[in-house]
Amino acid sequence: MQTPSEQTTRWLNYGILLAGLMPFLQLAQGGFAHELGANPVETIAHTTGLWALRLLLATLAITPLRAIRGWHWLARMRRGIALLGFFYATLHVLNYLVFDHFFDWREIVQDVLRRPHIAAGLTSFLIMVPLAATSSKSVAKRLGSRSWQRLHRGAYAAAIAGVFHYFWLVKQDTSSPALYAAILALLLCLRLDAASRTRPGDRNHSGHQPSSSHPSGIAKPRPTQ
Amino acid sequence: MSKMRSPKIDPSEITPKEIYQARRLFMRMAAGVTLAALAPSVPRAGEALPGVRKSRYVLPDALTPYADATRYNNFYEFGTDKESPARLAGRLKTRPWTIAVEGEVHKPKVFDIDELLKLAPLEERIYRMRCVEAWSMVVPWAGFSLAELLKRVEPTGNAKFVEFTTLHDPEQMPGQNSSLLEWPYREGLRLDEAMHPLTLLAFGLYGEVLPNQNGAPLRLVVPWKYGFKSAKSIVRIRLLEHQPVSTWMRAGPNEYGFYANVNPLVDHPRWSQAKERRLGEFFKQPTLMFNGYAEDVAQLYAGMDLQKLF
Ligand code: HEM
Repeated sequence: MQTPSEQTTRWLNYGILLAGLMPFLQLAQGGFAHELGANPVETIAHTTGLWALRLLLATLAITPLRAIRGWHWLARMRRGIALLGFFYATLHVLNYLVFDHFFDWREIVQDVLRRPHIAAGLTSFLIMVPLAATSSKSVAKRLGSRSWQRLHRGAYAAAIAGVFHYFWLVKQDTSSPALYAAILALLLCLRLDAASRTRPGDRNHSGHQPSSSHPSGIAKPRPTQ
Repeated sequence: MSKMRSPKIDPSEITPKEIYQARRLFMRMAAGVTLAALAPSVPRAGEALPGVRKSRYVLPDALTPYADATRYNNFYEFGTDKESPARLAGRLKTRPWTIAVEGEVHKPKVFDIDELLKLAPLEERIYRMRCVEAWSMVVPWAGFSLAELLKRVEPTGNAKFVEFTTLHDPEQMPGQNSSLLEWPYREGLRLDEAMHPLTLLAFGLYGEVLPNQNGAPLRLVVPWKYGFKSAKSIVRIRLLEHQPVSTWMRAGPNEYGFYANVNPLVDHPRWSQAKERRLGEFFKQPTLMFNGYAEDVAQLYAGMDLQKLF
């Protein structure tokens, strides 16, 4: 695939933003029109939770796609996709705080302590917060490429916690969380495989090279494979 | 000039309009009645259930909108999400339908559903329904106490428990193709719980024939227990000497007990039962002990450790 121009990339990013906001706009519209079904809070929890997880996994899929298909330009979409995921995670958590517990902190602390799936969800969210906070190019520059990358490897931990959260919360039918777990397992395998192939001194390797790509994804265009 | 005259008609011979219209209506009705007599009429969901009397079982709570009560259902026989039952339950054939009442009884009998409908007068009873998943609704059911049926089959001295079995037919119930739960669905009550006047055998809701997704043609409604205790689309009622193992007990013994009484003080291992969300509402409200029926049923559990026997 040809590397798109600067202009095209910008439009692609707008497109992703717009498409990514569709589920939110639908929720908002449905909320005002009283069309979120018999259990609106559950509808909100499901929609926001699933999109948070999907977008997180999509973020993690970018590195392997670059390595395997050579679509390095995808890196420039990463920040937008990741922040959309964080946006849905935030809505998801707010929905829980407001409609499930109405800021009853005692109740919330008990919920976290007693219920592994809530603890896992919280873990996932708390890992995402610093990643979102350091996602801008200027912060990334200040942190330096190496420490930025180390920090942002946390995205895998957030995804793992998110999948556990989903697995543990369903009542009986684990088919859907199992699907997300399978996708995450595949992504982790690819990541570990890439890491094992990229050894120090192995500079010419065509696989993943953490130190050579800019954190926020403004990688120098590379020849496609 | 033509002298053709139309034959003279005496005004008295002309059928008044009202009469011939009435005749036509009569003919049409006669045809309808004949057809109905030839093909046994199948009461359809949405049709009025005749002869339902008001009862003393009313509540101050607002009724759940009909659309919510009939489109947001847990009925794993038709899939695990809440919308599937309303979408897929059209495949269920509710006639002919029989219910075998057997086991520890003196007079076991297989009832036809239409015979059962006439066993006792149908009453409208407005009950709270509390799902184990912490949501709830308020529904006007139509039916009569299960005790009416149990009395007629005369339980033996050995009968201590009652087991309810749902239809097992993956052709009609596509959710049964998955092995998520062990089919057929089984539930159980202690005999004194089953004989309690609150325990309802329901054939309708909102004055209408029960929609398939709500457990047609007949289901149990035990208002002080979590919803899953109220077995749907029942084909067999068996009286037993020993406590049966219900489907959900088998699926998750530490999550679902035999009693499953609504109890805000005993949490589900994975979520709190202290509050519930009424369908259609955003904020939760406190859950009441025995779902608000403590006055009627608490004595059934006197001296029992409800933390252990959840
Ligand atoms: C403090 C953090 C979090 C809390 C308290 C929380 C709470 C919940 C609750 C209570 C539900 C169940 C909703 C229901 O079935 O009614 C839920 C579902 C879900 N959550 Fe979270 N969550 C948190 C963070 C996250 C994060 C970070 C993600 C994604 C990475 C996530 C993904 C999901 C998913 C996928 C579902 C299931 C949706 C479905 O069943 O269709 N959650 N969450």
